[in-house]
Amino acid sequence: MNYFPDEVLEHVFDFITSHKDRNSVSLVCKSWYKIEKFSRQKVFIGNCYSISPERLIARFPGLKSLTLKGKPHFADFNLVPDDWGGFLYPWIKAMAKSRIGLEELRLKRMVVSDESLELLSKSFPNFRSLVLVSCEGFSTDGLAAIAANCKLLRELDLQENEVEDHRGHWLSCFPETSTSLVSLNFACLKGEINLASLERLVARSPNLKSLRLNRAVPFDMLQKLLMRAPQLVDLGTGSYVHDPSSEAYNKLKAAIQSCNSIRSLSGFLEVAPRCMSAIYPICKNLTFLNLSYAAGLQSNELTNLIQHCRKLQRLWILDCIGDKGLGVVASTCKELQELRVFPSDPFDAGNAAVTEEGLVLVSAGCPKLNSLLYFCQQMTNAALITVAKNCFGAIVRSCKGLKRLSLSGLLTDQVFYYIGMYAKQLEMLSIAFAGDSDKGMLYVLNGCKKLRKLEIRDCPFGDAALLEDMGKYETMRSLWMSSCEVTLGACKTLAKKMPNLNVEIINESEQVEFNLDDRLKVDKMYLYRTVVGHRKDAPEFVWLL
Amino acid sequence: MENTSAYQNDLNLKATELRLGLPGTTDEETAVPGVRNNKRPLQEVAAAADEKCGANGKSAPPSKAQIVGWPPVQSYRKNNLPAKKPETEAGIYVKVSMDGAPYLRKIDLRVYKGYSELLQALENMFKFTAGEYSEREGYKGSDYAPTYEDKDGDWMLAGDVPWQMFITSCKRLRIMKGSEARGLGYGTV
Repeated sequence: MNYFPDEVLEHVFDFITSHKDRNSVSLVCKSWYKIEKFSRQKVFIGNCYSISPERLIARFPGLKSLTLKGKPHFADFNLVPDDWGGFLYPWIKAMAKSRIGLEELRLKRMVVSDESLELLSKSFPNFRSLVLVSCEGFSTDGLAAIAANCKLLRELDLQENEVEDHRGHWLSCFPETSTSLVSLNFACLKGEINLASLERLVARSPNLKSLRLNRAVPFDMLQKLLMRAPQLVDLGTGSYVHDPSSEAYNKLKAAIQSCNSIRSLSGFLEVAPRCMSAIYPICKNLTFLNLSYAAGLQSNELTNLIQHCRKLQRLWILDCIGDKGLGVVASTCKELQELRVFPSDPFDAGNAAVTEEGLVLVSAGCPKLNSLLYFCQQMTNAALITVAKNCFGAIVRSCKGLKRLSLSGLLTDQVFYYIGMYAKQLEMLSIAFAGDSDKGMLYVLNGCKKLRKLEIRDCPFGDAALLEDMGKYETMRSLWMSSCEVTLGACKTLAKKMPNLNVEIINESEQVEFNLDDRLKVDKMYLYRTVVGHRKDAPEFVWLL
Repeated sequence: MENTSAYQNDLNLKATELRLGLPGTTDEETAVPGVRNNKRPLQEVAAAADEKCGANGKSAPPSKAQIVGWPPVQSYRKNNLPAKKPETEAGIYVKVSMDGAPYLRKIDLRVYKGYSELLQALENMFKFTAGEYSEREGYKGSDYAPTYEDKDGDWMLAGDVPWQMFITSCKRLRIMKGSEARGLGYGTV
């Protein structure tokens, strides 16, 4: 190993891209550690509080591409109060100060201020890619700074963020000389867009492959954009409402005919069903179709469309497709790998349009199915076993390949026994309203060796389960427990015995910390491994034990 | 736990049965031991609301379960899924006839946002020009006049009443031509 010059080793390491492999490489010997350290460009940080910006920069000074995740997953369901944390600014400030050559930034569930976006846009001359998923805290002013200052920007991808919209001038901030855009997604913006600027931007971006529009982009604009960018691979429509007998509609039909490269289609935030036939010509090439926001389409309109989509690999759809509609999916989409069926009315559980029957049909007809999200009212054992036999093997008996699972309902400890025994590849598990006793949680903690994230709500798991194997949590990214049977005393014990874990209590009541009895049940606990101890930015309602 | 034997007799099938509802939404009478039942299930809440309705004699919307974060749908999605309202309301289809045309057409009035869009569509469909509308003179500068039959059975000139009122009262459309149109007081061309 020591006989190779460093440059050769570095070149070899270039081919090692997965984070896990690179981490292993750095453990081999000091010399490999050093070479790997300076040549590492991409870093993934699953919990922004597990390490500090300063330590990251010291560890990987050659950093070019950073992925950061902030809030716990259950924040998606409003279980985490505002101001909990996950701020981007300290990271940008530290990287700017150390002259890191940042080129790519991917963020999930972080709080991103306009100030941090502006600093970002001015501090990294080679910056080219910004992806924000489920973030908040910024407005279109921050986007304007990115557009104006990042001369080499290739990708601006905004997915499901809460953005304060100060109207559409941010698009006009892309300089006329900017021609490098490859991907632009602003579907989550709620406000108006300067349409003329958008058209000019698209016209001068010959490398544009992915374009996702927001609701404010009208139907007749879509046709103009497609004429400018027939090379698109991924399209998200804006408003898709028009009169099918109009000139604009005919023009769109013609424009779509020349878009042979489109493989991925989404949007339809407003939709006129009778306009959907314009899309049919490109359906045969689609591999990803997302109609999960198209509330205006009924089941037969959906199936008419899907019948043309024989090559579909991923489908996101609303439950108004119905069981019969899923039958059509099953008989048409033989290449299907991923299916997500969302409730069209999340609050009206009584009128669910899909039942287990639809799922059984899909599992029987789609042999390649490996990823599933399915909201329905009830599922019997019989149905689940059929589904499991058809595609995953038997979930209960041999869920060998399963990496992520969410369960809820009247489950006893038995299910967790099986999960612990068979789901050896399981990395993420979410449990709600299930289990009988501590045994359930212990089966999982003991059996799932690769478990990284465990999140539990409203289950009868308590101190005994929490404290049985404290070392286990150092092998995991994080544990969330809310509305369980865990007491304050047990949390304190855990925090005291495990200095490499941060144990945080989220307390939303009026009570003051030092008055409390250790026997008090904790409402929300979030613990995670870290190398930098307590975080400095915790708000008042988060207690750091 | 005392119920263990009952489950074992059941071949543990009940134990592994998945339900996506909350505890308490089952038909069973005995509560499963160890499962927290302090969250009020959907049916109970809805029932309570119904009782209130009965007592007061006026209808209150049934309140859904007040449990935070359930069902586990991303709050972004909950906030941004368009409500099942205007866009998905049934279309208002009316027949359109034009004097001298061999057959009628049908259009959906909901697709248009106002009179100008409607007129443009009619002009395209039947290949004519409607002329300029004014309240005083109707459609000036054309041999044609767009008219409609309202709920009372009267033939009205299209354009006089607000759009929303028009689409709810219009039963059918007729594009009148020539002398009949002039008969409505358009003056000579």
